[in-house]
Amino acid sequence: MALLEVRDLTVAFDTPDGVVHAVNGISFDLDPGETLGLVGESGSGKTQTALALLGLLAENGQAQGSVRFRGQELLGLSTSELSRIRGSKISMIFQDPVSSLNPYMTIGDQLVEVLTHHRNLRRREARSRAEEMLDQVQLSDPASRMRQYPHELSGGMCQRVMIAMGLLCQPDLLIADEPTTALDVTVQSQINTLMGELSEQSSTAILLITHDLGVVAGLCDRVLVMYAGQEMELAEVHDLFGDPRHPYTEGLLNSVPRLDQLRSGILNAIPGNPPNLLQLPEGCPFSSRCRYSFERCSERPDFERVSEGRYKRCHLDRIPAQVDQETTESV
Amino acid sequence: MRPPVLEVRDLSVHFRIDTGRFFRHDYQTIKAVDQVSFNVHSAETLGIVGESGCGKSTLARAILGLVKPVAGSVDWLGENLLGLTEEAMRAKRREIQLIFQDPSGSLDPRMTVGDIVAEPLRTFYPSMTRLQVRERVQGMMKLVGLLPEQINRYPHEFSGGQCQRIGIARALVVNPRLVVCDEPVSALDVSIQAQIVNLLKDLQKKLQLSLIFIAHDLSVVRHVSDRVLVMYLGQIMEVADRDSIYLNPRHPYTRALIESVPIPDPVRERERSRRSLKADMPSPMNPPSGCVFRTRCPYAIQACSETRPALETLDSGRQVACIRHRELADGLEAPDPEFVDQ
Repeated sequence: MALLEVRDLTVAFDTPDGVVHAVNGISFDLDPGETLGLVGESGSGKTQTALALLGLLAENGQAQGSVRFRGQELLGLSTSELSRIRGSKISMIFQDPVSSLNPYMTIGDQLVEVLTHHRNLRRREARSRAEEMLDQVQLSDPASRMRQYPHELSGGMCQRVMIAMGLLCQPDLLIADEPTTALDVTVQSQINTLMGELSEQSSTAILLITHDLGVVAGLCDRVLVMYAGQEMELAEVHDLFGDPRHPYTEGLLNSVPRLDQLRSGILNAIPGNPPNLLQLPEGCPFSSRCRYSFERCSERPDFERVSEGRYKRCHLDRIPAQVDQETTESV
Repeated sequence: MRPPVLEVRDLSVHFRIDTGRFFRHDYQTIKAVDQVSFNVHSAETLGIVGESGCGKSTLARAILGLVKPVAGSVDWLGENLLGLTEEAMRAKRREIQLIFQDPSGSLDPRMTVGDIVAEPLRTFYPSMTRLQVRERVQGMMKLVGLLPEQINRYPHEFSGGQCQRIGIARALVVNPRLVVCDEPVSALDVSIQAQIVNLLKDLQKKLQLSLIFIAHDLSVVRHVSDRVLVMYLGQIMEVADRDSIYLNPRHPYTRALIESVPIPDPVRERERSRRSLKADMPSPMNPPSGCVFRTRCPYAIQACSETRPALETLDSGRQVACIRHRELADGLEAPDPEFVDQ
């Protein structure tokens, strides 16, 4: 049985300008121990999907559909029922580590609180567990870190503390929302290596939300590509990068400049801008920017199975093969 | 080689900050930019990379006279900008323009696009007629890929990518020769980022601009730059032409930076060998003695802590500030196992 089953999840926000349709009926499964990447640009609904899973939407937000965690429906649970799950069975780390920590509490107290609250450990026991955990996320000198406040640590160190906190109760699922986006590249690489190791050692499943295709390539088993609150493509990571089946996925992959390639000439940018979530187009939301769009694209395509474990939302059977105008030289 | 348009020599920018409490002052100096020298040639793109706090933005601001350096010189077409009066400097700013990171935050929300783009024209060419200004502004908008009929719209009606186009139009409307771009695409989504990168490259070619392209994203810098300058804690670690930097980095920090960037290809990404750097960047208030990178460097030896390595110029024109770069080029392995796969 899948650890997490999301079915037809929609998230809408009531705003003075109208209803913003942030997530429009997405479905996916997550297996134990698996790392699923949720990829898309800003406004694609990836963060709101994660927040909806945990009942953390803003007050004007409304989630519908079904989210089953180990068979238990999460949508509609009361706050007290949810808080028994949050932090113990499902935990989340956010993009900005410094502001996610409480500035008035020492690192140690914040970690201990998690254990005394969820695991009913005594303080002394909790402290030694917390210290062990800081050691596991390779924070230097854990004993003295426990007595420090968040402002005394760097961004990378705070993110290690967040990861330690997320893993303290050995959750079944860790949701990581852009965990390295705010960090410098050398620190990002340390944190990604750490996350990769931790997911190998434990059976924790990870839902990794990111816009960085390089991070996805390194860490994820499967990838779900989102656009305008809908799934565009779902595939195993090697299939997605090696043979994208949705024009948006192809467009994303082609538009990133790559460190390992010398591209002469121009980047293949995707023209135009993402659609307005207040007035989504009736048909395929990507059609106005898609180089292959044709008449049928004015009808909304279904999210169809292509092959085992592969789905796409596109009327095209296959992306037409094309001669690339630019010369790409691999090094 | 053509003579450089911009020559920066031994430029240092220091900030004095008060770390005392209550009535006790305790002043400390941060060397945000520390004895930096480099040239920019005509119609060339110089990429400047480094992590946050390495001084790349301060360097840009110092070139434009927006912060006051404590030492050094900035020669623009042979004339030292640092000796100029405020008024004379303002005139030079027509020739040297700046593009900012936050596209919408750097535009006045109460001005129309037309007024935003026209403002520099009105400052530098007060004799232009309204019609001439309007024509020039519309021509500029077209050049950067905006619709001229949007001239009366306000910034909030545009997306981030379009706002960055407005910022570019405003910078280019007065025909500058050098444009300093401070993280121009890092706030944009990848698909939009590619549009803006293409636009900048295209305009540079058309208008024969020199660009200083400051970014933390090494992949973007590789794509746009002719030469690349790598900074760390206010100092230059390495300068070389683009392919030498990326294919054959000589400084251990450059190597570490390049190894850290994830590649969007699962096959390659997973078979890469990677040596993570130890620890975080030290505080700029209290930089290490000798080589500033030595505390994180896998190849550091005793001598590295003694004197600051000079920025040595090699035959190829490459410059490196590392006392062990020759040994490294000969295939020196990292001796300290603590650094490997930490």
